[in-house]
Amino acid sequence: MPKHFLSIENLTQRYPDGQGGELTVFESASFGIDEGEFVCILGHSGCGKSTIMNILAGLAEPTSGAVLMDGFAVSGPSLDRGVVFQNYSLLPWLSALKNVTFAVQARHKDWSKAQVRAHALHHLAMVGIKDGAEHRKPSQLSGGMRQRVSIARAFANAQKLLLLDEPFAALDALTRGTIQDELIKVWSGTKQTVFMITHDIDEAILLADRILLMTNGPYARVAESVEITIPRPRTRDEIVEHPNYYAIRNHLVHFLASRSAGMAGKPGEPTPPIETVHIDRTTPAAVGPGGDAPAEAPLRAVND
Amino acid sequence: MIRNIDARSTLLSLLILLAGLLIWQVTTYVPDTGPVGVELSQAEQDSLLGQSMPAEDIEYYASQGVAFPQLEQIASLGLSRDMIDAAGGIRALGISVPEQGSAPAPGSLFPTPVQIGTELWATITDPFYVAGTNDMGFGIQMGYSLARVAIGYTLAALIAIPLGFVIGMSPVIYRALDPFIQVLKPISPLAWMPIALFTIGDSELSSIFVIFICSIWPMLTNTAFGVASVRADWVNVARTHELGALKTAFTVILPAAAPTIVTGMRISIGIAWLVIVAAEMLVGGTGIGYVVWNEWNGLRLDRMIVAILFIGVVGMLLDAMFAQLQRAVAYVE
Repeated sequence: MPKHFLSIENLTQRYPDGQGGELTVFESASFGIDEGEFVCILGHSGCGKSTIMNILAGLAEPTSGAVLMDGFAVSGPSLDRGVVFQNYSLLPWLSALKNVTFAVQARHKDWSKAQVRAHALHHLAMVGIKDGAEHRKPSQLSGGMRQRVSIARAFANAQKLLLLDEPFAALDALTRGTIQDELIKVWSGTKQTVFMITHDIDEAILLADRILLMTNGPYARVAESVEITIPRPRTRDEIVEHPNYYAIRNHLVHFLASRSAGMAGKPGEPTPPIETVHIDRTTPAAVGPGGDAPAEAPLRAVND
Repeated sequence: MIRNIDARSTLLSLLILLAGLLIWQVTTYVPDTGPVGVELSQAEQDSLLGQSMPAEDIEYYASQGVAFPQLEQIASLGLSRDMIDAAGGIRALGISVPEQGSAPAPGSLFPTPVQIGTELWATITDPFYVAGTNDMGFGIQMGYSLARVAIGYTLAALIAIPLGFVIGMSPVIYRALDPFIQVLKPISPLAWMPIALFTIGDSELSSIFVIFICSIWPMLTNTAFGVASVRADWVNVARTHELGALKTAFTVILPAAAPTIVTGMRISIGIAWLVIVAAEMLVGGTGIGYVVWNEWNGLRLDRMIVAILFIGVVGMLLDAMFAQLQRAVAYVE
């Protein structure tokens, strides 16, 4: 197994099921993420995505297993791992600007007030919070604006690893698209390692280098790692024209709609290794080692 | 529209006040009948004038109910009215005159709004006089009460808020202390008075203790509740930013719980003000509560009502102070 920047090793999470027994959410989950990679994880509700996220953030403890970052075991939360929560988690009594300076101050304790402020304003402006909006309280901002502040707060601290927990789930489709573009813009400037949970297949294809597919729980496991073979920079309206887009999309839909239910691990059995899926329709006959690209014709894939 | 509602509600308030005062005035007003005047015949008047008594003096004494035989006695003294008054009045000179009229002495009946208004004005214009231990301006007495409340309440806040913080943070301590709080909280503050008087002895300190013990519970329970129900997300924000325990307490938990804490403080100050009046009635000596009791004992109902009015106004101001604080720490999620 090659050394990864972030490696998740044999992570297992069990909860008491309330009737004296135990509920195994996932067992022996192992995967790695390389430095600078943008990885999305897709799966149905209840498969333990958020639990993995909380363990990576250091906010929860796994039943067993370990998370190594840069070769060191993760224990407890750290400024090296930034989190963007689904519900924004802005402090409602502080203005947007104060919410960001709060974070910047925590990271750069030796900076002057003016330095912290300038740094925060810069990152807020990058996501379009400017011209007075930075002085508003979160309650005076729309959902999209709040999530922008939350993203600015995370990026302002330039963490080694950024964890995004369904950051756009509560937003309407149009706002989501705009903020996705902004996220790509900010991320391409920093090339931080990002691990993101999402329910949205198109969002995952747009943003990720690689998508991890989780089976349903209990005994959920990471079944496949799908490489997104669409070159960057990507934009929402251009990627749909790419020959690989619908091939990949169909594969993902197929997995989530029918295959994920039957692929969960079984108690007592060893967890099968993650299958790497490489779908590339730009060169003829290039079928990935996974080889299980959908047989049915994708709707708009050019080369089909 | 809002201005309109303001204007209309103010107008209505004023009307209710006026109507209330009018009903009060009408139901309590008893005309001062004064002494019953004496009618002198022309002959009697001439007779007195003949004894060189001034016409205006004759008229004055007659209107005071002094009959003709006594008037002749006065005339025989040959003294002017000023001189008689200087000597202590006609009774002091041994001349018997009928009792002053049949109207009741002011103060023995429920006072009218006008009497209260007069007394109120006197109080406001001279709030800080000291004419003896039982006769001091309301300003001074109010000062005693406010000082007691301030000391007892501040002590309570200094203990209740940090302790409430600890209780709110730790489920173990919360459960361990809960039975004690539940038993001690419903005890009437005045029930503590005998214990305080016996153990502390000093009545001044005892009333401060009673304020302390009655204002501690709402602040304690509200702080604990506010701290315990701070959203986990906000605490997680502090954790992912590696804030220390103290920094988390001051920058995240305190602002998040502040509205609940201040609500507890507002309830407490209300209770403290209710209790100080009762406590001062009980221990006596000084304070606005003692004033109410003292004026009642002296049957000066007008002064008593003015004191009660002041208690209400000061209570309202204290409450408004904390309402202001509440607005300052409020936030919208």
